[in-house]
Amino acid sequence: MNAVHLMLQTLIATPAVQVSELVHQVTPNWAQFILWLPLISLVLCGVCAALKVKSKAPALITIICLASSFVLTLMLYLGYESAQVIPIFDWIQVKWSGGSFIANFALYVDSLTLLWMRFVTGLGTPIAIYSLEYMEHAIGKGYARFFAGVSVFLFAMSCLVMGDNLLMLYLGWEGVGFASYWLIGYFYQRPAAVAAAKKAFIVNRIGDLGLALAIYLIWSTFGTIQYDEIATIFASHQEDAGSFASFGGWTVHAIPYLLMLAAFGKSAQLPLYVWLPDAMEGPTPVSALIHAATMVTAGVYLIARTYPFFQLDDYALPTVAWVGGLTALLAATIAMAQYDIKRIMAYSTVSQLGFMFLGLGVLSSYGAAYHVFTHAFFKAVLFLTCGAIMHGFAGQLDLRKVSGLRKMRGWKIVSYTMLVGCLCLAGFPFTSGYFSKDAILAEAFVTPGHGFVVLGWMAIFTAGLTAYYTFRVWFRVCCGPQHFEAGDELHGEDPASFRPHPPRLAINFVLIAIASGAILAALPYFMENETTGLKGGWVAEMVNDSPAKKGVPSASTTHLAGDDAAHHGSILGMDPHKAMYYISAVVGMIGLGIAFFFHLARREAADTLRSNLLARRATRWLPTAMENKWYVDEFYIAVIRTPLWILGKLFALIDRGIIDGLLVNGIAGLPRSVAKWFSPLHNGAVQSYGVSMVGGAALVILLMMYMTEIMSFLQSTLFGGMP
Amino acid sequence: MLASFGAATLASYLIVSGILLVIGIIGFLVRRNLIVMFLCTELMFQAAAIAFVAVGRYYLDYSGQVMVIFILTVAAAEAALALALVVFMHRQRDSLDPDVYGELAE
Repeated sequence: MNAVHLMLQTLIATPAVQVSELVHQVTPNWAQFILWLPLISLVLCGVCAALKVKSKAPALITIICLASSFVLTLMLYLGYESAQVIPIFDWIQVKWSGGSFIANFALYVDSLTLLWMRFVTGLGTPIAIYSLEYMEHAIGKGYARFFAGVSVFLFAMSCLVMGDNLLMLYLGWEGVGFASYWLIGYFYQRPAAVAAAKKAFIVNRIGDLGLALAIYLIWSTFGTIQYDEIATIFASHQEDAGSFASFGGWTVHAIPYLLMLAAFGKSAQLPLYVWLPDAMEGPTPVSALIHAATMVTAGVYLIARTYPFFQLDDYALPTVAWVGGLTALLAATIAMAQYDIKRIMAYSTVSQLGFMFLGLGVLSSYGAAYHVFTHAFFKAVLFLTCGAIMHGFAGQLDLRKVSGLRKMRGWKIVSYTMLVGCLCLAGFPFTSGYFSKDAILAEAFVTPGHGFVVLGWMAIFTAGLTAYYTFRVWFRVCCGPQHFEAGDELHGEDPASFRPHPPRLAINFVLIAIASGAILAALPYFMENETTGLKGGWVAEMVNDSPAKKGVPSASTTHLAGDDAAHHGSILGMDPHKAMYYISAVVGMIGLGIAFFFHLARREAADTLRSNLLARRATRWLPTAMENKWYVDEFYIAVIRTPLWILGKLFALIDRGIIDGLLVNGIAGLPRSVAKWFSPLHNGAVQSYGVSMVGGAALVILLMMYMTEIMSFLQSTLFGGMP
Repeated sequence: MLASFGAATLASYLIVSGILLVIGIIGFLVRRNLIVMFLCTELMFQAAAIAFVAVGRYYLDYSGQVMVIFILTVAAAEAALALALVVFMHRQRDSLDPDVYGELAE
């Protein structure tokens, strides 16, 4: 009570702190429109939906707003000098004598923010253009609803990435979760889509709990949730874990693990990855934008943003690395045995996110950020080509049922942009994915301890699997003899005379644009570093100016000589950074070669191998488990869902039986059942009422006359022996 | 007690009152005609009135007679209402048997 009183008193007494005090530079106030433009687009889409607009107006509105947002982001990037706070309005300002809780609605722009915002808005715009054509079957029905969802997502994601404090990040974090729920459940008439939306939302809630608790602990330990103040605190402690003892015991050790839980939920890592493959029930542009390129990298962003906290506990980053590495391997093995191409891409996303976490864990935040950046482009291309195929073949996604796309009329652009995406994902030499993945893999061998070498070899093996499953898709779908079967979403067309609809202008344009982006994403690696002693190109430059700078390679630490070489680690006696170029190229080529053999040169060999494996008792488990996704969903159902379901049924029984039955209805039923004994008296015959009246009167008279006798009789029988 | 006709005691009045009441009750319970049943209730009223007057006289208190005036007033009002009801009911069902109106219960 006292504290609250004091709080209120100080609130009234002291004027709220002005945000402008925190600002060091000329603030580009127009930057807030990066946030507001998607919100405006949302409102206008809502108006379109209310007016039942039957045109492409919602799409055009969204495209214009998102494109303006992208242009503003570029302007912000070009004018960027150093980290700064851009105030919008005062949001939460609570101060009292012992401390304060301040969360302003303000933007914190540093290079990490800009790195993320560039691909969030930069991919949001072309994907909206793609959806203009892709969603046209829904014009007048769910068209406005779809673009409203995309706008909500862009608003929330900007909030998450650009927010000035952890509470704004949390706002965006919940916002993107909600947008994801909205868009996965877009086809709400389909039970599978509804179930997938619910699953995504509920699994994400588990992670969100971690984030909420982490924010609370950060505030209670460090007294602030604003990034710039946190940075000041860490700078004054030289990021030394020992000197944080003054902040009190267990909380500094709990914070990184709670943040990890949040990141693993949103970025689909073990044990919370199960929602992402199911999220493919949403429209494909959504899968490309939210569930591949942007939203799922929010976890990587969170950890990069709060990187200093992860140095507070010795095992925090190794845990991140191991979870990431294991997820990458598990998801890659599942992706190898799926037939639905969208689902393969979904597992591949989980797997690549695993690589990013591995990068964060082995102190290569630079590699993680670079991989986020390149992955955003090439995975968007892959999903959008899958979408184009799905769109053209009436919902067909089975890679066994479409073949030879490359030679079909009007499908060339789709086939070759898909090839670009596949090459990047497989880490083919000199593609963007090759450089970003190598940065992570090499660092696993450089950073000592915690079994990182094992993890490094495991990741190399996973990279080989990645090349295999990626080209399995491409060789099956785009090469080989021409042949196809239409899917089941025919919209009234006759399946016998079905002809695929090749994509038109908008889709082809976007595919080429993003595929070029995927190729050009290799360029930052070759850019000259402005900062001396730094290597790794443009991305390193961006990460170096952020809280995640600890994981940026510098020329002085990566090329060591003499005694320090022992700490540097090596692969097969070579410098890891150099060795990795050869190793990962070779591994990628092996995976690609195996895929070529089984899925183009001799397709029947794949089936023979599978039936051979299934025929032997000793090896039967392998294909079965991989095709059934290692039974993880079934495991969760058995261990978590079923007990909860039983508990729920039990509570329902108690509620229905004891609370409703006994207490509520029981008490209500009591007067009625008592009344039942007397109701025969109320028979409607006037004279029988007369009889009961007379009888009653007679009884009363008799009682009055013989009261004394009755009393003494009762006394003698009940209390017989007593005087 | 009944030895001298002129010296009627309180008991004689109360006995008459009691007889009237019992006749009323029996009549109300056994007759199958609403008008007669209604007359029987009037009889019971008068039994009460006689008892009031007698007891009032016995205690030299006029409130007994005051009570009787009230009873007569109430009885007159009630008679007007009841007879109107009886006439109305006869028009409705063409019968004055109380059992015919049994569905009035509930």
